[in-house]
Amino acid sequence: MRFLLRRLGFYLVAAWVALTLNFFLPRLMPGDPATALFARFRGRLAPEAMQALRETFGLTHAPLWSQYLTYLGHALRGDFGISVAYFPTPVVQVIGTGLMWTLFLAGSAVVVSFAIGTLLGVAAAWWRRGWVDALLPPALVFLGALPYFWLAMVALYVLGFTLGWFPLGHAYSDDLTPGFNLTFIADVATHAVLPVGSIVLATLGGWLLSMRNTMITVLGSDYVNLARAKGLHPARVVLRYAARNALLPSITSFGMALGFVLGGSLLTEIVFSYPGQGYVLVQAVRNQDYPLMQGIFLVITFAVLGANWLVDVVYLWLDPRIRDSAS
Amino acid sequence: MSGASAPRGAGLGLWVDAIRRDRKAAMGAVVLAVFAFVGLFGPMLVGDPQALVGIPLQPPTWHHLLGTTGQGQDVLAQLVVGTRISLAIGFGVGLVVVLIGALVGVTAGFYGGRVDGLLSLLFNVFLVIPGLPLAIVIAAYLPSGPMTLALVLIVTGWAWNARVLRAQTLSVRQRDFVAAAIVTGESDLRIITSEILPTMTSLLVAQVIGSTIYAIGAQVGLEFLGLGDVSTVTWGTNLYWAQNDSALLTGAWWTFAPTGLCVALVGFGLSMLNSGFDEITNPRLQLERAWRGHLERRGFKPTRSTPVVPE
Repeated sequence: MRFLLRRLGFYLVAAWVALTLNFFLPRLMPGDPATALFARFRGRLAPEAMQALRETFGLTHAPLWSQYLTYLGHALRGDFGISVAYFPTPVVQVIGTGLMWTLFLAGSAVVVSFAIGTLLGVAAAWWRRGWVDALLPPALVFLGALPYFWLAMVALYVLGFTLGWFPLGHAYSDDLTPGFNLTFIADVATHAVLPVGSIVLATLGGWLLSMRNTMITVLGSDYVNLARAKGLHPARVVLRYAARNALLPSITSFGMALGFVLGGSLLTEIVFSYPGQGYVLVQAVRNQDYPLMQGIFLVITFAVLGANWLVDVVYLWLDPRIRDSAS
Repeated sequence: MSGASAPRGAGLGLWVDAIRRDRKAAMGAVVLAVFAFVGLFGPMLVGDPQALVGIPLQPPTWHHLLGTTGQGQDVLAQLVVGTRISLAIGFGVGLVVVLIGALVGVTAGFYGGRVDGLLSLLFNVFLVIPGLPLAIVIAAYLPSGPMTLALVLIVTGWAWNARVLRAQTLSVRQRDFVAAAIVTGESDLRIITSEILPTMTSLLVAQVIGSTIYAIGAQVGLEFLGLGDVSTVTWGTNLYWAQNDSALLTGAWWTFAPTGLCVALVGFGLSMLNSGFDEITNPRLQLERAWRGHLERRGFKPTRSTPVVPE
């Protein structure tokens, strides 16, 4: 329990740092932030929109600390201001519509990639110097060096555009109404194959290599040699004895990978016109919609922090050393 | 081992030797050398990348080896000219990020206590905050251009290096030779620069390589989003324009395929160089190889044994 509380404290600090960065960034712009910001929008925005913008950022003539407190108060109540691109919709509402799709895309990609990559890593370590170990790591390193979104572009071009095996974009067909039925779920799954697949391909190599390297160390340890000497079935030695312990470092990096993949999936979404945060983000960048950009940054950060805490819970459950020292 | 104990002057020669001995590392080095050559001299050999030279979206021909873009510019010229800025930012950021990481990580690991607590908190927070969204927010507020991109990539990229180097410093600090240096009254700065850092040479090289891969990928991603200066020619802006001219849905594969392949080739070359270094400088892998050779010469089949590394 103490372990989980300590981690929770850490994530709260991280959330506070993100909020504070978010507050100071507009004020670090060259020149007076208020004037610089408003100069960009002059003539393009109605006076009431300008007023809303001013209030969102707390860019008033009050002293900095009171601006900061006002801002924190707004943020804690979940008020990230009003979007410029989608005026007068509040930022939270704009973000809310696409968030589930992004979490679905990135979440399933991370889980699938972790599962396949880890299993391949076990195989590569067990049959070391076999064909799995000789061919897969360099091939996957090459794939991993490709930018996520570029892999997505190629997949879309070859499998979607040229061969026509998969739909060219969006999360589901236009003629379907979202609902909890088999047709809709199957449709969403077909649309997710290419985006999820391209992220999985790009991230597989990392999981494979990390698992392979830890497995090689663990396979050389005394307790594994003993298990082998006892004449246990190789599958049992590999999976129950070695892999379970070798998995721990991968679990630790799981949380961090989530943040990384969430970022990458934003770009993948753009390629597939997927209705998630990525599309909203492009709109925000093109229209210089600062409140929206900052809102997306905060929401994604909070999502990643929450996911990391869940990973900690799993870790506690998996590693008896931490469990025992904590109780 | 070899890098740390060798006399200073022979350091570079050893590395060159090591690269030549290892097939993977040699392959990586050749790929990188080709790109370095293109980046340095390529822009002099091709014409103006922004010039409108032909019909838009023309497939590859003898005249335009990689076809033309949606605006009618030569794709090959853009690719070659883009190499220079993209690689310069990549390698520059890779170096700076490791420098900052080493400064923070080694300080934290060496001094321990409160300093360590505070610095560790700092880099752990930066590690857990997702990089790309943060980079986007920062880049949006600064004037767009290569310097902004470099700055953004440094801010979002240093933390991982700090974490790895702190862990390494912690373990090196407990060795006897560091204790001996402290007892003989050497200054902290001297202990760090001439006792601790030299033992980490191969790790530092690996970090620079890894950070460069990250910097190139992230940079291309940010520019693809339109956060770079879209009027300059870099790999990222090439992809931005390809997506903008809906190259995919018109079937113009030649406007985006070569750029991505180049990004991947550079990344692949760097990783190959890295894994080659690892095999060379990791005493565990080295001994294992020697042991296997020893057994095979005596007609035994090598089994999975743990070679003991003499300390």
